[in-house]
Amino acid sequence: MVLNLGFKHTYKAFGNKTILIEWSSIIDEVILEEILLFKEKIKKEKRNSIIDFIVGYNSLTLIYEKEVLNYFDEVSNLELIYKKDLKLLVKGKFLWEIPVCYDLEFGIDLEEVSSKSKISIEQIINLHSEKTYSVFFIGFLPGFLYLGGLDSKLFFDRRPTPRLNVEKGSVAIGGSQTGVYPSKSAGGWNIIGKTPLIFFDVKKDKPCFANAGDKIKFKPISLEEFYELARNNNFTPFKLLLND
Amino acid sequence: MIKVLKSGFYTSVQDRGRKGFGSIGVPISGVMDSYSANIANSVLKNSLENAVLEITFGGCEFEFTNETIICISGANFSAKINNEPITLNSRIKVNINDVLSFGKIVFGVRCYLAVKGGFLTNSVLKSRSFYQNITEDFLIKKDDLLPIESYISDLRPLNAAVIIDELHFVSNKIGCYKGPEFDLLDEFQKKEIETHIFTISNDNNRMGCRLNEIVENKIPSILTSAVIPGTVQLTPSGKLIILMRDCQVTGGYPRVLQLTDSAINQMAQKTTNNLVKFILYD
Repeated sequence: MVLNLGFKHTYKAFGNKTILIEWSSIIDEVILEEILLFKEKIKKEKRNSIIDFIVGYNSLTLIYEKEVLNYFDEVSNLELIYKKDLKLLVKGKFLWEIPVCYDLEFGIDLEEVSSKSKISIEQIINLHSEKTYSVFFIGFLPGFLYLGGLDSKLFFDRRPTPRLNVEKGSVAIGGSQTGVYPSKSAGGWNIIGKTPLIFFDVKKDKPCFANAGDKIKFKPISLEEFYELARNNNFTPFKLLLND
Repeated sequence: MIKVLKSGFYTSVQDRGRKGFGSIGVPISGVMDSYSANIANSVLKNSLENAVLEITFGGCEFEFTNETIICISGANFSAKINNEPITLNSRIKVNINDVLSFGKIVFGVRCYLAVKGGFLTNSVLKSRSFYQNITEDFLIKKDDLLPIESYISDLRPLNAAVIIDELHFVSNKIGCYKGPEFDLLDEFQKKEIETHIFTISNDNNRMGCRLNEIVENKIPSILTSAVIPGTVQLTPSGKLIILMRDCQVTGGYPRVLQLTDSAINQMAQKTTNNLVKFILYD
């Protein structure tokens, strides 16, 4: 896949070392594809001058090692790269199966979500685990995946007061989003389960197993299975290579 | 080694931060005031990449188990070796069992202790900068042993100190560029941001710094996108937040300003109730 999808995008200076490229302000998987493709092209052509690439829902941010001396020249340069028909080694994308225990022991907000939304707990679990989610990008915390694709029946307001300590591995829904807390942190989403999987481990070569563009599916497991997997705290999630 | 006798208010090991891990959500971190940290390393002829100790408000005490040369730059917390005052921004020879302590705060918020060869604590994701959930510790603790090299030399202490621009610590003028969402502001909001003098609230740390005054705001949140140290966000409540070195890699509030590099360093030397005025460059 080397063709551009041809979406309108704009460039903005963001300080003197950073360039922000933006697409229409919508959450859309096709735009994500374009952002990831453009990122790979820039990486191939300008590996040395850019130290970091940050993907957002509709943006790609390039952080340069040094000050960008001529912003307009650099933008024309990037636009040339965008138009180039580069042969890229597109990295394989994976579907990751994430075991989640939705037992009330962990899903501490399940009952409240169920009574307020009038959807049974069983149905909440079904709706949450039957969808395949797309990883748009990673932010907020190291290893926190921004997932798209939550069933609109599960759109549910964030808690009025965020919890100060959400446990590591908590699976939660908030607004139109769902996600997994990779470490203990404050958080205002409604907790519906917990995964024994470690989403961020600095000791691993790849501290976070997933990449933007990958897919995620949650697989319900029992309490026994949760504790069994949690004992073996180094297990890798089941993954399936997705065809491009 | 350097033995920690007292850990102080907030003391951490920092270098120039983690580069290249933004795509997995890892903040850059690194020294808050790179201007001062660079001076400390330069005086010792260290590499600018060497890790230093970032000391907030002093209060800490260290004992050296090695001979080495040190340099302290940045804020003035009346540093002493064995109770004898020492000069900032100069080379100081220390001997085994010497004790470095800090006293009265004269100016600034953060000082940097550099040692010849740098602090050799563990490097995680290509940096020694402390950060919660990345490194084992995020603050130094009493009785910690911080590894450093021995440096035995006849190098005499410098007689003259480096001259530091005092404005770095006292000026309330903070240089900045327009942020990506600056143009979403209406004329009234732009004028408020450009002319107001803002006060730093007590909610200020390595992650960011909230300002007290309110700029009435009806701009909606944006789709989550990148933020970087020095980004100024306008929150729905109308309060501005200046993001600092430990900030997250993404955020959803409009990014109205972006501080210059030197302005980020100046902000690192400010604290609760200090005033700031944004000076907007084109």
